[in-house]
Formats: sequence, C-alpha cells, structure tokens
Amino acid sequence: MTGDPSVAHDTKHAHAHPSGATYLKVAAILTIITVVEVWAYYIPALVASPLFNPSLIILSAAKFLIVVLFYMHLKYDHKLFKVLFTGPLIIAGATIVALLFLFHQLKISF
Amino acid sequence: MSAHTTAAGHDDGHVHHHYTTTGLDNRKIAIWAFIGSECMLFASLIATYLIYKGRSIVGPFPHTEYVNEAGQIFKPILDIPVTSASTFVLLMSSLFMVLALQAVQIKHLPLPDGAGWWTRAQRSSQLWLFMTASFGAIFLMFQAYEFTAFVHEGLTVKTNLFGSTFFTLTGFHGAHVTAGVLWLTSLLWIDRTRGLGPQDELIVDIAALYWHFVDVIWIVIFTLVYLIQ
Amino acid sequence: MASIAAPTTAAYASGENENTGIWSWITTVDHKRIGTLYLWTALFFFLVGGFEAVLIRTQLMRPNMGFVSAETYNQLFTMHGTTMVFLAIMPLSAAFFNYLIPLQIGARDVAFPRLNAFSYWVYLLGGIFITLPILFKLAPNGGWFGYAPLTTNRFSPGPNIDFWVLGLQILGISSLAAAFNFITTIINMRAPGMSLMRMPMFTWMSFVVQFLVVLAFPPITIALFFLLMDRFFGTTFYAIAAGADPLLWQHLFWVFGHPEVYILILPAFGLVSEVLPTFSKKPLFGYNVMVYSGIMIGFLGFGVWAHHMFAVGMGAVADSIFSLMTMLIGIPTGVKIFNWIATMWSGEIRFTVPMKFAIALIALFTIGGISGVMHSSPPADLQQTDTYFVVAHFHYVLFGGSIRGIFAGISFYYPKMTGRHLDESLGNWHFWLNFIGMNLTFFPMHFSGLLGMSRRIYTYDAGQGWDLFNMMATWGTYLLVVATAIFVWNFVRSRTRGAIAGNDPWGGATLEWSIPSPPPEYNFAQIPEVTSRYPLWDLKAPEKTAGIDHSHADAMTITDAHAVPVHEETERHTAKELGIPMPYPTVKPLVVAFSMVVMFCGLLFLRNGMFAVAMTITIGGGAAMVAGLYSWLTAPLE
Repeated sequence: MTGDPSVAHDTKHAHAHPSGATYLKVAAILTIITVVEVWAYYIPALVASPLFNPSLIILSAAKFLIVVLFYMHLKYDHKLFKVLFTGPLIIAGATIVALLFLFHQLKISF
Repeated sequence: MSAHTTAAGHDDGHVHHHYTTTGLDNRKIAIWAFIGSECMLFASLIATYLIYKGRSIVGPFPHTEYVNEAGQIFKPILDIPVTSASTFVLLMSSLFMVLALQAVQIKHLPLPDGAGWWTRAQRSSQLWLFMTASFGAIFLMFQAYEFTAFVHEGLTVKTNLFGSTFFTLTGFHGAHVTAGVLWLTSLLWIDRTRGLGPQDELIVDIAALYWHFVDVIWIVIFTLVYLIQ
Repeated sequence: MASIAAPTTAAYASGENENTGIWSWITTVDHKRIGTLYLWTALFFFLVGGFEAVLIRTQLMRPNMGFVSAETYNQLFTMHGTTMVFLAIMPLSAAFFNYLIPLQIGARDVAFPRLNAFSYWVYLLGGIFITLPILFKLAPNGGWFGYAPLTTNRFSPGPNIDFWVLGLQILGISSLAAAFNFITTIINMRAPGMSLMRMPMFTWMSFVVQFLVVLAFPPITIALFFLLMDRFFGTTFYAIAAGADPLLWQHLFWVFGHPEVYILILPAFGLVSEVLPTFSKKPLFGYNVMVYSGIMIGFLGFGVWAHHMFAVGMGAVADSIFSLMTMLIGIPTGVKIFNWIATMWSGEIRFTVPMKFAIALIALFTIGGISGVMHSSPPADLQQTDTYFVVAHFHYVLFGGSIRGIFAGISFYYPKMTGRHLDESLGNWHFWLNFIGMNLTFFPMHFSGLLGMSRRIYTYDAGQGWDLFNMMATWGTYLLVVATAIFVWNFVRSRTRGAIAGNDPWGGATLEWSIPSPPPEYNFAQIPEVTSRYPLWDLKAPEKTAGIDHSHADAMTITDAHAVPVHEETERHTAKELGIPMPYPTVKPLVVAFSMVVMFCGLLFLRNGMFAVAMTITIGGGAAMVAGLYSWLTAPLE
C-alpha cells in the first residue's frame, strides 16, 4: 500500500468509461495480436529464432495489459484497484521467475 | 471454490447506501483483492507447468513426436488450430461482457430518433449477457473436446508430468470458466425476471471483472502452454 | 465512570439486554460474537496442541522411553505443529481481528458480516475434521510441513495424510475468506478522519497480515491440490519415478510457509504495540517507521522462503541470494524491537500483566530473532538444520513471541470483551510460571541441538550429552501445564467474578476504549470523527499527544452527516431504540460451510475404491453448498 486511498470520492459515474467503439477497437487489436501469434507458430524459421519465445511473451503481456486496462477499466478506475492488482501481480511474477531460476529452467550466467 | 467464497461477499454489501471511507463499494474492493489472490494461485500452477516442461520421461509430448518401446508413434498432441479457435471465442466473450456492462449503464437513456440496430442492441443487457455466457459455454465445449481427444490419443492425468500439469492447469482454468458461466447465467436470470438497471451496475461490474480476469489468465496459458516450445 | 458502567454491565451479565441463547450464537453475524467464538475455539485447540506437546515431551524425558510408539509419536508431532499453527495461533489472531478491527477503526461491523460467520464455521468444522482422527490413531503423520514424496501414497499409504490434505484445504478457505473481508473492512469501513496513518498499530499489522494470507495461501492450496491429485487420482506431480522433482513440494510449501511465519507473529506485534504505549503513557515511538517496517517485513517475507532449504543443495547463487534477503528482513524486525524499547524509555511504566507479557515478548522474540539470523548464513545453517537448535529457535519466535503477544492481548482486552477484569494475582502467577517454564523448556534445546540431537526422533540413546537438557525441557513443559491451568481457571472464573471494568480500564488511547465494555451490538451509537492517532488521549490527557499531528488537512470529507467528534459513550441501548439497522441473524453461512466440509469428506472414500459413494457425497455436498449460496446471496443483509 502506497499512498492513502482514503480520499472521499464519488465513483458513481464520476469517471468516464470508454465508449462502445473503443471496446470494438480493443477487440480488433486483441484479435490481430492473436492471429499474429498463431501465424508465427507455423513459420519454422521464426520458431527456430531465439527471439521467438521472448516476442510471444511480450505479445501475450500486451494482450494481458490491454484487457486489464480497458475491459477491466483499470485505466479509468480508482487508483486503489491498481494497487490491489499490481502488488499481487508483481509478487506472483517474481515468484514464477524465482522458481524457474531455482529449478534451472532459466539460465543466468555470471 | 474460492470463486464461490467471493461470490458469497457479493450480496453482503446491501450496505452500499451506507457511508464508506473511499466512497467505493465494499464488493468491488473485495473482488479486486480476490483477483490479486487468484494471480498467486495461477502463478503457482503456471510455475509448476513450466518447471516440469520437457521433463516427462514418456510421451505423448506437447510439441514433439514420441515413439515408445513398442514402436508406437505419438504425434505432438496439442491441437493449435482448435485451441486458437477457442481462444478467439473466449476473447469475444470478454468483448460481449463489456458490452453487457455498458448496456446496464446506458439502457435507461432515451434512444435518439431513428436509432439503428447497433444503438438499440447496445442497450440490451440480456443480449450481451446471453452472448457472454454462451461463448463461455462454447469455450468449455472446446475444452471438453480437447480433453477427450487427448485421452483417446493416450494422454491422461497419469501418463506423465506433462499430462498431470497440463490437465490440472487447464482444468483449474476450466473450473473458473464454469463458475463464471454459472454466475453470468444467474445475472441473465435476474435480468429476465426483474430487469437489470443502472442501480445494478455494480453486480454486473464485479461479475465482469471476474470474467475478464479468467480471460487474461487464458491469454497467458495460451502462449506459455500452447505456443512456446 | 465506573459507577455508571457498573449497573449496565451487571444487567448485561444477567442476560437482560441481550439474546444469549445457543441459537443466537449459531446464527450470529456480529463480529464481536464471532471474535468470541474464535477465541474460545482457538483456546480449546491451544489446549489440545499443548496436550500433544506434553505427550511428546514425556516420551523424550529420558533416553529410550517407551511411553508412546514411534507411529504415535509421528502423529503427535505432526498434529502438535498443525494444531498450533492452523488451529491455535492463527485463529487466536483471528479472534482479535474480529473483535478489534471494527472497534479500532470506528465501524459498526466488518464489511461482510455473513462471510465472517462463514469463515468461523469453516474453521471450526475444518478443525474438527483434522483433529478427530487422532482419537482413532489415524492422525496425519507426515509432519506439519507434509513433505512430498514422503506424503504420497507410495510412502504414506494409509488415510492419515488424506485428513491432513483435505483439512488444510478447508482451513485455507476459512483464512482466505476472512482475509478478503478484513482487507475490505480496513480500506473501506474506517470512521471519518481515520486516515491510514492514524490507524492503531494492531489494525495496521493485521492489514499487512491479510495481504500475506491472500498471497501465501494460494501456493499451498495448489501444492495440496497436487498432492490430493497424486493420492486420489494417480497423477505424477510428486512421483520421482515419472521424473518429478523432489523439491517441488518443498518450494511451493515454503513459498507459503515463510510468509506464514509473519502471519503468526505480526498480529502479536500489533497487540504489544497497543499495550506498550498504554502502560508507558507515551505515544508509540516512531509510528511511521513501525508501519513501514511492518509493510517491509510483509514484502520481504515473500523473498526468503528458500532459507528453509539450504541443506538441499540449491547452489551457491541461490543460497547467497536467500541468505542476503534473510539478513535484510532482520532489519525492519530489529527496528520494531528498538521502537518498543524507545516507547518505554522515560515513560510512566505500570507493570500490569499485559505489560509484563508485552515486555517478555520483546525479550524472548529477540532471542528467537537472533538465532534466526544465525540460520540465515548457509554454513551455520547446515550445522543447525533439522536439529533441536531450530526447534528452540522457532519456539522462541512462536511461543516466546506470538503466544506472549496473544496473552498480552487477552489480558489487555478481556475487560473490553467481558466487562470484567482478569484477576491480577492469578495473572501474575500465570505470567511468571509461563515465563520460567517456557525458558526451561526451550533454552536447553539450543544445547541439545548443537550437540547433534535431531528433530522428530521419537527416542534416543543415553550418553550423548542430551539427557540433562531433555529432562529440563520436559520439566519445563510440566511447569507450562500448571501455568496454563491457572490461566484457564482465571479466564473462566473472571467472567462472573472479575472486578467490573468501565469503558476504559487502562487509560487507552484508541476508539475501542470510548464505548461500554462489553460493547453494545451496534458498537458506536454515533460514529466518531477522528482527528488524530490517539483520539481518547486528545480528549482526556491532551498533554500526551501535544507532539502528534492533528491537522484537518488530510482528514477526509465527512460524507456521513451523523459523525460527531470523538466522545465517551456510557449509555447502553439496543440498536432498535437508536434506529441503527443491524444485519439479520442467519444460519445460512453455517449451512454453506457444513455442505462444503461434507463435499470434502466425500473424497475420503476414494481411498477404498468406493468411487460411487465418494462421488455421491461430494456432489451432494457441492450441490447443497451451491443451493445454500444462492439462498444466502438472494436474502437481504439487514
């Protein structure tokens, strides 16, 4: 918890939600990214590239972020929700990375 | 299970006309705390899947061919076209979900003269709730098909580490989708019996947050389990 | 003040004002009653766990004793650990979360009163589920840490571990449900003016603990689910023959297990942070730093888990990182110790029973903390791991720290909860016998441990230099039995015989002391508007709080028109008279909790190949649970 979320704040329609058109655009972007991901899966040259896995993870993270920001309204909503979500997300992500490192699925050379 | 626990909180907040410190509704804070907890739940499942990736002693394997001692050939088991389709279905259900929430928010506004079908459709929460729940159900049918096909091809939860981790991870997600479909169907039922209006924005909002979260988890699973080799 | 409070309290004690029938307890959604239920239930399990410890210590009193068999011994030490962690300390803390958080933040109840009742019933039923098997010599026997593959079917073929796996899943649901409830309560139910940095320290530490629960319980839920799948459905998560990694369980368990340590100790830290300023008549030293160090402990707590596993050979890099993180976490903990000491420094100290327990926590926790820093160095840890040195370490932390904090809390808040004081002289007997017994039991274990005595062994040969230390530890345990018996006698007897306590028997600083003892069902007849951290001292002894910020600048806009300045409420009414809407009592949370436990019970039958029976019970219980939930959610709260 950083900062004090205890500022009285009338949320009822205080924040503008995006319009239906924005939701459709977001859906289109998500679909395009998914098509690109699956398309890349079928190009052996791309799959063999060392950049394949990192790129796919970045694309997936982008989709994740878009849904959370727009469909879950985190971009528009009270900052308290951002804190409640990003805190656990960071700990969860760090735990996955630490576990993969401990089980030698991630190699770090010194 | 825990999904129910939070759903349990769901109607406790009939107190929303009461004073709250932040001006926010209790139920919305609780669902975000719940989603934070779910991050850690799926992190544990995903980490285990990745830890055991490539460690199975016998096949079938996800992305490579396996020939057993008897010379029997097992093709790579993941069916990318089918799962791509089911991924698309779940993404679309998320779109329908935001449209359902928007419909609840704006349905009381007067329709402009000569409004087209899209403007009218945007005000129908029943339509979008029905579409969301149906697409969720279609996703579950895809998953049932996938699981059945895998079992026929010789992969069960007992076969190898891949089978154990794959079925448990995707099964956990499927259980979350099932709870979500049940939740959305209940909302649809309320909408049909008494009609959902702007005053019900919150109960649709928290269902939507849960539903989108289940969707983003699938976005991660689709990449880490199906696409990365 | 007492002259006003006395008659109303006497009326309360004779049951005139309140509905006290058994049905009223079964259907209650009042956070104070649920807190009381937690307190009694957890004290009962504390006695059960203590009794198990007595049997363990009796077996270890002399070399080659045959008091219990090796198998019974395994069940005893497994259940001692499981009971103390999940059924005693956590729920004792939960008793205080329930009772105190709404009172301290100026709320009339928690955010979700029915969910709160659900948490309690799940805890009670889960506790019974996991405790009953020991009566049939079928108790879990794989240690409280349940290391797989030891706990898989191959090495633990009996039903013992099934009870443990299912029992912990049930208890986890209780803790998680409660955590979501308290997070929401603390964020959203604070009285006007109660900004985060004005919250009492107990509420702050509880707030941190709820986040630890929310993030630490999912990994163990998953680890247990894997074990459940392995045991009941033949998956290969922990099957080494199928290529599984024997460290998977250990990592997932300790990702939970280390934050769990802070879940056990931080509420006790919070309680003594209430006790020390009150009896030193000084504000808590370094409030802000206390808050930040609590958050820091919670955050770093997720990055130290592998220090439980230095002996498994993780490699130099991993060992170094976890060693460093462990040493780091000693800093915010040390900060707290020094701040408590500075709080007492030049204060007008009153050595009451709660104050003695609080000071003892500082001393004994420091000993446990220092031996903890010793373990953080892998070379030292390799000598100490799995010996009695470690047993000494964590009992100094948990029995010396957590339990002492909880006893401080019980003796401090007993007057608030019951309207009567605990007997001071019996309390002193309890304190001193407990203090001596505790040190006599656990200090010698440092020596037997360094002399090489392993944990978990059910007996040992003479002539290894351990005999004296074990004899001392066992006699210390018997002393603890006497101390605890005095406490129980005092606890039960004072409910009707104790001296009447008014609103504020200790001269406390926070909101819970502004209302009658025991508090009326609605807590605050008028919601107070808070202007500083020590609202009651502002009222009664403003000179104490002259140095504290009282600015209105960060006070929240008052949206509740009924809020009034902080004041003492001495009259007792019913909610009806005051027109305060209260939640309806309801049995539905119990129904849902019960059906859920039935659902889990069904899985027990899978072991004997009774698939149809198992599925019938599980699906039946599940269906009843869903039906109960629908009925609950469609019924209005108040």
